[in-house]
Amino acid sequence: MEAIIGEVVAKYNYWIYVVLMMIGFYAMIGKRNLVKKLIGMNIFQTSIILFFVSTGVKKGGGIPIVDKYKALASNIDAATIVNPLPHVLMLTAIVVGVSVTGVALAVLQRIYREYGTLEEDEILEKLQR
Amino acid sequence: MNATNLHLFVLVVPLLAALAINLLGRRSRQWIAPLVLGSLAFSVFGSVIIMARVVEYGTLRYTVGNWQPPYGIELVVDPLSALMMVLIAVVALLASFSSLKSVEQELPGREHFFFTLYMILIVGLFGLVLTGDAFNLYVLLEITSITTYGLIAMGKGRAALSSFNYIIMGSIAACFYLLGIGYIYILTGTLNMADIARILPTLNAPVATATAIAFVLVGLWIKMAFFPLHSWLPNAYSQAPTGAGTLIAPLMTKVTVYLMVRVIITMYTPALVFTHEWIARGVVWAASLAIICGSVLALGQKDLRRMLTYIIIAEVGYMVGGIFLANANGLTGSILHIVNDAFMTLCLFLVVAAIIYRQGSVSLVSLRGIFRRMPITMAAFTLGAFAMIGVPPTCGFFSKWYLILGGIDGGHWEFVVALIVSSLINAVLFFRIIELGYFGSLPDGDNQEHAIDERREAPWWMLSPLVLTAVILIVVGLSTGPLVNNVIRLMIPVGF
Amino acid sequence: MTPIVSIWPLAAILVSLLGALPIILSDRHPNLRESWTILIALVKLMIVASLLPWVLEGGSYVFTIAQVVPGVPIELRVDALGMIFALVASCLWLFTSIYSIGYMRALDEHAQTRYFASFAVAISATIGIAFAGNLLTLYLFYEVLSLSTYPLVTHKQNAEARTSGRKYLTYILGTSIGLVLPAMLITYSIAGTLDFTTGGILAGKASPEILALLVVLFLFGFAKAGLMPFHGWLPAAMVAPTPVSSFLHGVAVVKAGVFAIFRVIFHILGPETLQSADLGSLITYIASVTILVASLIALTQDSMKRRLAYSTIGQLAYMVLGAGMLSAIGMLGGIMHLAMHAFGKITLFFCAGAIYVASKKKNISQMDGLGRRMPITYLAFFIGSLSIIGMPPLGGFISKWNLLLGAVEGDQLVLIVVLLVSSLLNAAYFFPIVYRGFFVPATDGEEEGIKEAPLFCLIPLSVTALVSLALFFFPDTLLRLARMALGS
Repeated sequence: MEAIIGEVVAKYNYWIYVVLMMIGFYAMIGKRNLVKKLIGMNIFQTSIILFFVSTGVKKGGGIPIVDKYKALASNIDAATIVNPLPHVLMLTAIVVGVSVTGVALAVLQRIYREYGTLEEDEILEKLQR
Repeated sequence: MNATNLHLFVLVVPLLAALAINLLGRRSRQWIAPLVLGSLAFSVFGSVIIMARVVEYGTLRYTVGNWQPPYGIELVVDPLSALMMVLIAVVALLASFSSLKSVEQELPGREHFFFTLYMILIVGLFGLVLTGDAFNLYVLLEITSITTYGLIAMGKGRAALSSFNYIIMGSIAACFYLLGIGYIYILTGTLNMADIARILPTLNAPVATATAIAFVLVGLWIKMAFFPLHSWLPNAYSQAPTGAGTLIAPLMTKVTVYLMVRVIITMYTPALVFTHEWIARGVVWAASLAIICGSVLALGQKDLRRMLTYIIIAEVGYMVGGIFLANANGLTGSILHIVNDAFMTLCLFLVVAAIIYRQGSVSLVSLRGIFRRMPITMAAFTLGAFAMIGVPPTCGFFSKWYLILGGIDGGHWEFVVALIVSSLINAVLFFRIIELGYFGSLPDGDNQEHAIDERREAPWWMLSPLVLTAVILIVVGLSTGPLVNNVIRLMIPVGF
Repeated sequence: MTPIVSIWPLAAILVSLLGALPIILSDRHPNLRESWTILIALVKLMIVASLLPWVLEGGSYVFTIAQVVPGVPIELRVDALGMIFALVASCLWLFTSIYSIGYMRALDEHAQTRYFASFAVAISATIGIAFAGNLLTLYLFYEVLSLSTYPLVTHKQNAEARTSGRKYLTYILGTSIGLVLPAMLITYSIAGTLDFTTGGILAGKASPEILALLVVLFLFGFAKAGLMPFHGWLPAAMVAPTPVSSFLHGVAVVKAGVFAIFRVIFHILGPETLQSADLGSLITYIASVTILVASLIALTQDSMKRRLAYSTIGQLAYMVLGAGMLSAIGMLGGIMHLAMHAFGKITLFFCAGAIYVASKKKNISQMDGLGRRMPITYLAFFIGSLSIIGMPPLGGFISKWNLLLGAVEGDQLVLIVVLLVSSLLNAAYFFPIVYRGFFVPATDGEEEGIKEAPLFCLIPLSVTALVSLALFFFPDTLLRLARMALGS
């Protein structure tokens, strides 16, 4: 039991992302309101962004901004700075996420204009009629 | 432009065209057709040259912005990506002729929006087959997806709702893929595919490796609508504007299958993916189910375009199954089927576009007597149908040949049976339509309105690419030998 | 002798395939269109005939169209066995074309352009089957033949035609995809090749169980040969215009099935291999059942064309029976029957069509006394039926005699009985037709206006009847080709 708790605590970043991901997943699949689905999608994406960013962290690592000439003169110990690459990647991922959200919102607007509601059940009901 | 970075221009020219279409097409729609066709013609031309060079000299590598790999983003043109480039360029060019015409009819005044997205989608597809970087692949995957969402949402009726469902599913898929890449990055510290392939086998972390590939594959399976993750596809594809369907249906799922091949062969080594025999076996079973279920569901459809979308789901089963047979014939069959299926689907969707252009509907009822009204279109349809059934010498036969052979080699009889059963079901599906079109309204109790039986063939803009595609079906079929020997064989990993 | 690489086999196929184009283009000029058909038929016959001398000397022609699968190109190869089939088919196509003109015009049929164009494609596929150099190529043309005959079978475009068309495709396409395709791929994965080789390609490579499976798959898979229980399409296909029934369902399509079975038995599975696995009796029993049952059903049919169709099913099984004997003389009989039956049966179908054109009668029970009104047609019918029954002095005698010899040589008492009983049955279902025609007086006066069919119909049927007669006296070329085909 203690071993499990130890495992959970040691890798708490994984657990946070898994929990967030499940919340998002539930909202996307389980909720019938389209906006809630979209919010779920955003939570889902955020969980993965957090996961990525957390992988760059090192114990005692500083910010990865280094003087170029100093770096060239003497080798920088990679252990003293956090890994910047995941951050960079996640910037792109955030941009992607925002674009998807934008498209989704535009589509939602169209749906609302067409059916006057954003509840999936009501839309399907209207479609069947 | 010199020969070494020609492939970059193949990608950049349509991108510039997309921007130009948005700016100039807004003023006058006269600009759209020349820009679309000109840039795509350039892409066809360029990709054919690249193909020839790759076949002659071997893989080309290009580092963007001169950042050396593994740190910078690398574009890699190996025989398979060159083949895919030619395929995308040719399919896009052929489809665009028809799209120009049907968009003019369906979305008057919004053509420049449509074709901006259309061209960016093509750029994204080019990027997907060129990139040698796992994260870059994610970004490009989302570029293609976002443009597809937009294109589909432009359709009539419940297209917006279908598009939204697609957004949700597509985002889940992309996130899964990204998660898998995250694990791989943690394991290897690199995102360059070749580098990953070099480092992964040296690690001794089977569980983490398996988790990573599982996430990546599930992500891709959702994107390609692999049964049972297919539910989004039929609605999305059948409600998209006709002009979008002719591009999306042939290319999107096929390029995603290509990505799977790429991930399995280049990024992961096949040895790592197929370590556990029961997993491969399970996927082949799932693929067999996909084939059967896709075909059976297609039987229940009352609309030609919807029927075709279910056939796409079955065809995805062909390709996934072929890869997971884990032998040379199966893999050859799958790669060959990517090419063949793209052209077959293109042919059939061009027919759909032509018929919709003339009579507004492709419901099975409205197809009565269609042979009399549109004989050339239906001749091409018949040829496309034969390819789907797998009648030699159309190309569909030869990929099926390799796939069945792979199934026999690997002892996967369930897959062999599924392929044959689906061929038979396809025969039923298509002959039902051919029969309707050929016999028209019979006096035997079918109280349908008599359709106008005068001849109204589709305009030349739609007809000529259609006829050309139909011819390509046979030409590709007859050149299977050279295609396999000179291109696909080079991609089969040693010891497979 | 090393084979000669030649484009002529391809030309023989292409001439009618490309010929479909001018036929379609001269849609509005029936005379021009029919001239094209006749011209193409002549050219085709000439090309095929020009290949004959070298084949008779023991040579062969090859032509590779495309490399598709390792070890299996799409390849044409003209050898003795293929030559027999190609000669018979291209020769009879000429007669059928002439006959079609008379028949279609006399009945004022619709969509004649489609009819003649589909016919041209179908004959291309037939010659392709004859000249195929390996099983894949044969399969290719086999499928093209199935599909190009669909518009011919459903020519009338009414509900009955639709039902028959469905049945036709279900049987033909279903078996070829469902049975032949897997059998072919299993063969390929065992042997690594599909080339037609004398003695077969599976010798020593396959276990008897696999061989038995392949025999069953191939035998029933080539459903055009009409072995029971996959025969149902043939009577259904009789809804087609009579020239289609006579040429395609008397000669080209059904013989393509038998020819494919010959190829498989002689050149893929190999007679010796089958002999050592003791599978000959399997084939002969399947064939025997079909012979007897089909003949019995034929007796009960009142519709002329359906009776002929069941007769065809029985006669096709004779050929398979001969091949299944696996002895030289039995196989010779099988091959000879392929040619002899073609001329006999096409005569009978031509006559049935001529009777229909002249009197609009389809049922045998209505044909009392017609023989006196149409003596030439009935005489030809009599000759044709004698040939099918196997009486001297007609071609059918030669083949049936060889079949009987094969059965005697193999000490297969059952087969001897089957052959004799079925000959009696053949006589029993043919003679009443002739008897009614000549000796039963017409019941009422309505036959007064009936006279012989147009010359376009009459000439072909007389000629084919005479050829049946001539083949008894001059069978040498055919016999020689058949012997060469068996490699002796």
